[in-house]
Amino acid sequence: MAKIYSKKALASKDLKPNKEVVSFILNYSQALTVVKVQEKSFEIIAN
Amino acid sequence: MADLHTPDALLVKNYVEGNEAALATLIRRHESKIYGFIYSKIADRDISNDIFQDTFIKVIKTLKGNSYNEEGKFLPWVMRISHNLIVDHFRKTKKMPMYRETEEFSIFSIMSDDSLTIEGKMIVDQVELDLKKLVEELPEDQKEVLVMRMYQDMSFKEISEITGVSINTALGRMRYALMNLRKIIDKHQIILTN
Repeated sequence: MAKIYSKKALASKDLKPNKEVVSFILNYSQALTVVKVQEKSFEIIAN
Repeated sequence: MADLHTPDALLVKNYVEGNEAALATLIRRHESKIYGFIYSKIADRDISNDIFQDTFIKVIKTLKGNSYNEEGKFLPWVMRISHNLIVDHFRKTKKMPMYRETEEFSIFSIMSDDSLTIEGKMIVDQVELDLKKLVEELPEDQKEVLVMRMYQDMSFKEISEITGVSINTALGRMRYALMNLRKIIDKHQIILTN
């Protein structure tokens, strides 16, 4: 039988992005509005 | 929680219709897999965080602009975006992905369990290390498929979706990767055994 030397360690299940990053993404999502006018789309970020 | 059983496609639909909480659920559900995938290529926490953030900024813009049309394939789609951003990153910095020994990161932290010190285990670790070095010698496209298949346990279907090539091409790259590995092993008369 062939030996398997590859460990599935490269993509560890415990790795997670920083909380700040996730929080930024969620805030960005809430602030962003995309408006489509004819062929063009405009991004509006609310403060 | 009901969130756990809601399919991705429905969460995407809810998010497009204005339910911001659906995005939080999608991120929570897939953050480990996406971040782990990015980190496996980048090996730097800060840059991985940046790429993770840029990935979701693209996701948000696409979803809010109603340009998303791949229902039911949310994760492969996001992985594909992050894969493209990783390629952009390496293109910008003009260097290939490499695992370097640094103060915070030791190659042995992902290669072995320090508590095991028996000789056989050491040999296996050495073989794994040698094999990793050999894998680094492969052309980028072949290495990518081999790492995704053997180290990240992805199916060829997932690999083809993430890398943007057909399943047959991915299979071909895997075949050539293995053939080239054998060639390198023969050429240098390396003994991989324990």
